[in-house]
Amino acid sequence: MNRKQKKALRNIIAAIIMLVIIKISERFIAYEELINNGFPTGRVILFILYMIPYLTVGYDILKKALKGIRNRQVFDENFLMAVATLGAIAVALIYNGDYTEAVAVMLFYQIGELFQSIAVGKSRKNISDLMDIRPDYANIEKDGTLIQTDPDEVSIGSIIVVRPGEKIPIDGVVIEGCSSLNTAALTGESVPLDVSETDNVISGCVNISGVLKIQTTKEFGESTASKVLDLVENAASRKSKSENFISKFAKYYTPVVCYSALALAILPPLILMISGRDANFGQWIYRALTFLVISCPCALVISIPLSFFAGLGGASEAGILIKGSNYLEALASTGYVVFDKTGTLTKGVFEVCDIHPENDISKDELIEYAAMAEMDSNHPISISLKKAYGKDIDRSRVSDIEEISGHGISALVDKKKVLAGNIKLMRKYGLNVPEDLKETGTVVYVAVEDRYAGYIIISDVVKEGAKEAISLLHSDGVTGTVMLTGDADRVAKNVATELGIKEVYSELLPADKVTKVEEILSKKNAAQKVAFVGDGINDAPVLSRADIGIAMGALGSDAAIEAADIVLMDDDPKKISKAIRIARKCMRIVYENTIFAIGVKVLCLILGAIGIANMWVAIFADVGVMVIAVINAIRALFVKKL
Amino acid sequence: MKKKYDIEVDCANCANKMEEAAKKTNGVKDAIVNFMALKMEVEFEEGADHKSIMKEVLANCKKVEDDCEIYI
Repeated sequence: MNRKQKKALRNIIAAIIMLVIIKISERFIAYEELINNGFPTGRVILFILYMIPYLTVGYDILKKALKGIRNRQVFDENFLMAVATLGAIAVALIYNGDYTEAVAVMLFYQIGELFQSIAVGKSRKNISDLMDIRPDYANIEKDGTLIQTDPDEVSIGSIIVVRPGEKIPIDGVVIEGCSSLNTAALTGESVPLDVSETDNVISGCVNISGVLKIQTTKEFGESTASKVLDLVENAASRKSKSENFISKFAKYYTPVVCYSALALAILPPLILMISGRDANFGQWIYRALTFLVISCPCALVISIPLSFFAGLGGASEAGILIKGSNYLEALASTGYVVFDKTGTLTKGVFEVCDIHPENDISKDELIEYAAMAEMDSNHPISISLKKAYGKDIDRSRVSDIEEISGHGISALVDKKKVLAGNIKLMRKYGLNVPEDLKETGTVVYVAVEDRYAGYIIISDVVKEGAKEAISLLHSDGVTGTVMLTGDADRVAKNVATELGIKEVYSELLPADKVTKVEEILSKKNAAQKVAFVGDGINDAPVLSRADIGIAMGALGSDAAIEAADIVLMDDDPKKISKAIRIARKCMRIVYENTIFAIGVKVLCLILGAIGIANMWVAIFADVGVMVIAVINAIRALFVKKL
Repeated sequence: MKKKYDIEVDCANCANKMEEAAKKTNGVKDAIVNFMALKMEVEFEEGADHKSIMKEVLANCKKVEDDCEIYI
């Protein structure tokens, strides 16, 4: 609790104690009978006594209401509360009634406010845990001692030292040391990430075990931690329709209620008076005041923005950054999820998947020949061959490397002539090789001493969890899953079947992807939204064209963080379904609160107008509903089990 | 020119009110209040003096929500 909340709590407790003491004293002292020379001294004492707890708990509301009137911002909750309680006191004063109700209204209103303030503080704390990634300093080594420097002043290429327990301040490459990193604040992933020399590291991770020397590759302002913080801080820029509706609603609703209350206080007694019956002003004013208390829109204006606030907070805790509550709203009604293939559903890294040796050669030998021949090439295919070989290449065994552009490589390995390349290379040397292979992917044929030795299949690997992610989306009731790719048709169809994706469009240029998304946008029905999921590389136009652009594995990709509406911090495709569930839960809470609050209020208003509901019912309709709505809103923060 | 300020405000709706008030201030092109982060980002008109404008923004915000603070 902060200072303000403690003060409010003290005032509330003091008022309750005073109220109890007054109530007890009434048992022993008959205030009503204390009359001196016809002057009701007892009633004056009673009035003063009740005013003490009333002012203790309500003076700041009265002050705010007064300031509101002075600033011509008349119709707000403070004004409603001030009028209702002062009115109730006036009625009690004139008609010799009880002041308890007026004090109670103010008391409960303040309890509700305090409660709401604590709830907001709690959810903000959850979110500020995420904000905790802001690094305060960077260690720079100078003459053997470490100097703490402002990370803003560290230039690209500087060497920084990160000790265990410290945050990595700037993105960079490890040049010395190895350690485990805690990435939980960024990705929501609790398993530590092991890093050693030459690994890229991102700012915002916490170094757990060893000392790391890092050469920075970015400036502080361009580093992941700063980008993420910017994103979170700017998340409020776009408001959802529900929030806009509520603020508009409150703008018209409050004056309407005030005038209705006024009408209720004046018109019926006037009519009664004209028709010659007892006007009974006191009773009608009391009803009008009850009406005022009931109709206070606090439950709505507080709980709806709070639900979105909690929803965004819960999502960021799970490693899903949403740029505004309007996207949360859109995400809840996702009808189509369109995926980019490479880097989104597949790892985007080539790996050797199959080795087919022929003519008395072993698998190991085949990969060894291929890796040796390709040793100087940096082509992704060569890299994957070398990775599959797994050993250091003895360069002295290889000579006469010749790259035959568009075909492959010829080289001497252990004095034997090795050819490694595509079918064209084999044909060029007049070798007969199998052509209709059932596997999909890139094929590297190998020949040794002009004799065909077998082929190696290299292909992009489907991400773990991708299949599950698609089936989760289908079970969540998403109408369509679509995959777009620039890859060959056969490869695309294979991946789609493996993952269970319904529609596939292959051999697309980046511009075609935009056209496809537009096609889907035009064929779906109006209530459904189209989400596009990409890795942020080359698909920024599509990300912005779709209703919801989701960038995944965005750590380190600035373009994605800027172009997307939703950023998944790690590259787990299952997070998409989780994001949709978080959004749906949040929207469900928003609807529940809207219907519940308006429902209870309308019911109580009717009861109040016809005189069945008294002030206590009104207090429940106002504060009770608000507290329930706030508790419900806070539920949006809990997303772990979704 | 854009500048970011720390703010203090109690409820989400009050934050919305502050945003409205800041937007209406002369010399302010756009304003965004983030209740979650308790920050206000103000975009000023070309060549405007942000210090005097922010004083006015604060005054306007105080009018709609007495209980708020902007740390200029």
